[in-house]
Amino acid sequence: MSAIHVNHLRKVFKVQKNREGLKGAFQDLFKRQYNQVAAVDDISFQIPRGEICGYIGENGAGKSTTIKMLTGILVPSSGQIEVNGMIPYKDREKFVRGIGVVFGQRSQLWWDIGVIESFQLLKKVYRVPENDFKMRLDEIVERLQLSEILNRPVRKLSLGQRMRCELAASLLHNPSILFLDEPTIGLDIVVKTEIREFLKEMNQKYETTILLTTHDLQDIEALCSRVIMLDQGHIIYDGGLQNLKDKWGKGKEVHFQFQKTYPLSTLHDLTKGLNVKWFKENELAAKVWIPQNEVNVSDVLSRIVGFTDISDIKIFETNTDEIVREIYKSGSAEKAKEVVASNV
Amino acid sequence: MLPMFSAYIDMIRIRFLMMLAYRVNYYSGIIIYAINIGAYYFLWKAIYGANETLGEFTVLQMTTYVAVSWMARAFYFNNLDREIANEIKDGSVAVQLTKPYPYLIFKMMQGLGEGLFRLLLFSVPGMVIVTLIFQIELPTQFDVWLIFMVMIFFSFLINSQINLLTGMFAFFVENNEGLMRFKRIAVDLFSGLIIPISFFPGWAKGVLEWLPFQAITYLPASVFTRRVVGDAIYNAFIVQVIWFLFLSIPIYVIWKMARRRLVVQGG
Repeated sequence: MSAIHVNHLRKVFKVQKNREGLKGAFQDLFKRQYNQVAAVDDISFQIPRGEICGYIGENGAGKSTTIKMLTGILVPSSGQIEVNGMIPYKDREKFVRGIGVVFGQRSQLWWDIGVIESFQLLKKVYRVPENDFKMRLDEIVERLQLSEILNRPVRKLSLGQRMRCELAASLLHNPSILFLDEPTIGLDIVVKTEIREFLKEMNQKYETTILLTTHDLQDIEALCSRVIMLDQGHIIYDGGLQNLKDKWGKGKEVHFQFQKTYPLSTLHDLTKGLNVKWFKENELAAKVWIPQNEVNVSDVLSRIVGFTDISDIKIFETNTDEIVREIYKSGSAEKAKEVVASNV
Repeated sequence: MLPMFSAYIDMIRIRFLMMLAYRVNYYSGIIIYAINIGAYYFLWKAIYGANETLGEFTVLQMTTYVAVSWMARAFYFNNLDREIANEIKDGSVAVQLTKPYPYLIFKMMQGLGEGLFRLLLFSVPGMVIVTLIFQIELPTQFDVWLIFMVMIFFSFLINSQINLLTGMFAFFVENNEGLMRFKRIAVDLFSGLIIPISFFPGWAKGVLEWLPFQAITYLPASVFTRRVVGDAIYNAFIVQVIWFLFLSIPIYVIWKMARRRLVVQGG
């Protein structure tokens, strides 16, 4: 059974149109005009239990709107959602017992009082039995190193500390699905890594299904087996991360550090017949660009390694950032359809 | 309602802690109320001059009325309207909606926590001091105190309901600041806090009797000052209960509407 099931989901917002000038302002006073804007436009996907799925897209692509519909905050304009076997916006209070939610930019903790007080309240709200609560709290506190900050008021915590507490708060009732809306926003690399590892562990140990939105693709690389990419309310990619790289990555770059100086022409000759491009870095270093699907990295290496004195080799893949930037930039309208189509 | 009870109690506890977190607020509140009671006390004294009664009130009833209605205000007053409007405006209502509790009842509980805090740490000691300084007359019968306590609880309910309605308006308009200010003045003026309703001209009295505001201050304070006695006490109480029940209807309807058209602002 899938944890999340979304079918032809749409959310249309009515946006007020402001007419220009004084005359326009007067007209607006009596008769407002509205534009219909589809924040989420006919998306469908399924997420099986125990999966960590990344949900990415530019600002305003419709990520948060989707999360808000999946968590029962917003009512969809049309289409079906089923999360945990329930329709989120119906019987909201019962539904949210089974999920955990973290909004990176908003706090669910009480600002002015110690963190532990918020946890105590959540225990009552979710009706977690005392023993379960203690066990769970101990585990999370130890894992996220919260013991020293438990009694501090939230407003005195650093962002990293607060975020770790937010995660703890969303997991106290052991939800089967966890929604994270930009959980690593604004955090330093140490905290980010810590949070990623923690999430991975929770996912493995409790089979928690996790759906997270992020702008940090390292989150995705570290956590997600699958990624859904959104643009202007449409899904433009849904599949594995490796697949995305294969499809959109343009090639690899190999950096050589030589012990002697080799002119570019020598290197060109060595790779004759292969469609690669050489660039001179300095006297002792050069790099070669190997296009995807045309030339094998091993072919290039085998031709160079035997015939030159090499002190170091580094292989660079087009990183996901670049790929995604490329997709965002291309507007994706046509290419996107291609991708989606090839996925079906 | 019942399974949530311990969560509600905890919410009251949390609000207590929050109030304690800001001591300056607490102390400045005491000063502001002391100034208000003092000012109105002397103002009414001056207005009465040599008169024994004005607008059906004796001097003693009037000063008692002033003291008790301000002390009751410390209990029923809250800023739920502003809190709700802010949460709607900055979008943090979304976080609240991902928690398994009824948002509005939870808000009421927070208001109750705030009210109980002020009642215990503020009104009760305040009333003792006021009794020592000013000339007022406290009721001696236990049952008057009892019904008064029940009535100011309903004052709290009705005032909070009005606050919920005003606050929820932020769902429908982008800025409800004006409405909130108007409401605040309307409650202070029309509830009989600043001027007892019997001082209003006849036509205004007629109008105010059909509004919920009198149930907040005027009715409980009239019972406390013994201007309303016997069966009339129960009539006053029933008016409160009716308003409480009646106001629940628009709250329910507007909440349902708001949930439908909820646009969480700020992306």
